[in-house]
Amino acid sequence: MSKYLMDKFLFTVDRDPELVERYREDPRGTVTWWETERANAVLNCHAREASTWLSFTDEEREALGTHDHVKLFELGAHPFLTLTLFIAMFERDNTEPLEYQLAFATRLQHFEMPYPDVAT
Amino acid sequence: MATVVAVIASTHHPFFYKASTATGDDRPPFADEWVRKITAFRETLTRADPDVLVMVGSDHFHQLWLDNMPQFLVGKAPFYDANWYNEEREFGMPRMVLKGHEALSAHLLREGIDRGFDLAFSNELRVDHSITCPIITLRPEADLPIVPIYTNIFAPPLPRPKRFVELGEAIREIVESWPSHLRVAIIGTGHLSLELGGPRQFGPHGPDPEFDRRAVEWIATGDLESCLAGVTLDSLHAPGNATHGFMDFMLMMGVAGAGAKADHADSLDLFHTMEAYFTWYPNGVSAA
Repeated sequence: MSKYLMDKFLFTVDRDPELVERYREDPRGTVTWWETERANAVLNCHAREASTWLSFTDEEREALGTHDHVKLFELGAHPFLTLTLFIAMFERDNTEPLEYQLAFATRLQHFEMPYPDVAT
Repeated sequence: MATVVAVIASTHHPFFYKASTATGDDRPPFADEWVRKITAFRETLTRADPDVLVMVGSDHFHQLWLDNMPQFLVGKAPFYDANWYNEEREFGMPRMVLKGHEALSAHLLREGIDRGFDLAFSNELRVDHSITCPIITLRPEADLPIVPIYTNIFAPPLPRPKRFVELGEAIREIVESWPSHLRVAIIGTGHLSLELGGPRQFGPHGPDPEFDRRAVEWIATGDLESCLAGVTLDSLHAPGNATHGFMDFMLMMGVAGAGAKADHADSLDLFHTMEAYFTWYPNGVSAA
């Protein structure tokens, strides 16, 4: 399990306007590309000083590749990161204020306290 | 020595900027009351006539990240660029540049470390809405130098609530020991009950109005004893999954001091979260 890597994906995509659009349009392709090209980049280091060991589990890859924010919550991805990125991708489709945000919450209604642990 | 002319604790609601500047059909029905409350709150800082602002907030996964996460960090830079692409995108926050006060940063770092707080520092920090929301609400001219202090309320493992209170107490003492004639306001922002990315988000009120009621009472009366007895790192999950931001209010209660009643206390029940605004004048204030 690599909660850290799920969070790293959400974090690095959310801060890049081009990646936000790419992930919205092609989630599976973006996840595959990112895991190959970006997962092991140490963010403030030269590209040649990359890590060697980071990869998603099948479950994590599938959740990210299908925009499955409910599964991401279950797996312990940081909900602030998930929410921020998913609002960026899908709030634009709202037909009324907060429509996406409330639907997002409704899809999580079956979770009871304590929520899945987000500690990395 | 420097004088602490005001201690201010507040929620930081990133939608205030957009709501308060919206017009016509875009203006939400609660905007006018919100602006009235913020205008009164702003006056509490203006009356204190500060020269420099110590600003306590929490980076929301902008510059500080899980590969290198400090628990408490003090900015020490001549300038701070402010607000991030995803805050422009989601909240319509404006880009800003704030002046820094490096001498006070250096004093806080040296004295803080010597008192047992192993403070991280940053010489190039882009601050986010936890710092700029109170600039927008309290000092929209953005003309005073700041010292930003970031706390980790976001990425577990977190420091415990008592540590936030102790740091607040230390910040107050350290500022008051600063050999300077300047007037310092210490401002910190956090949250009451809050849920982000969970099933209770964006409800008609904050996720736990009863917690909010108790929290406002603790803060307004300076009841640190009850607050510390009523809050633990684990219990803060219950009112909402982002409620650990309340620890920044606890830090500010430490700055204000145990038993210190707020000179100004106000709140506003909004969808999603309760807003709350508090000001203390440790040394009194001239009549309005």
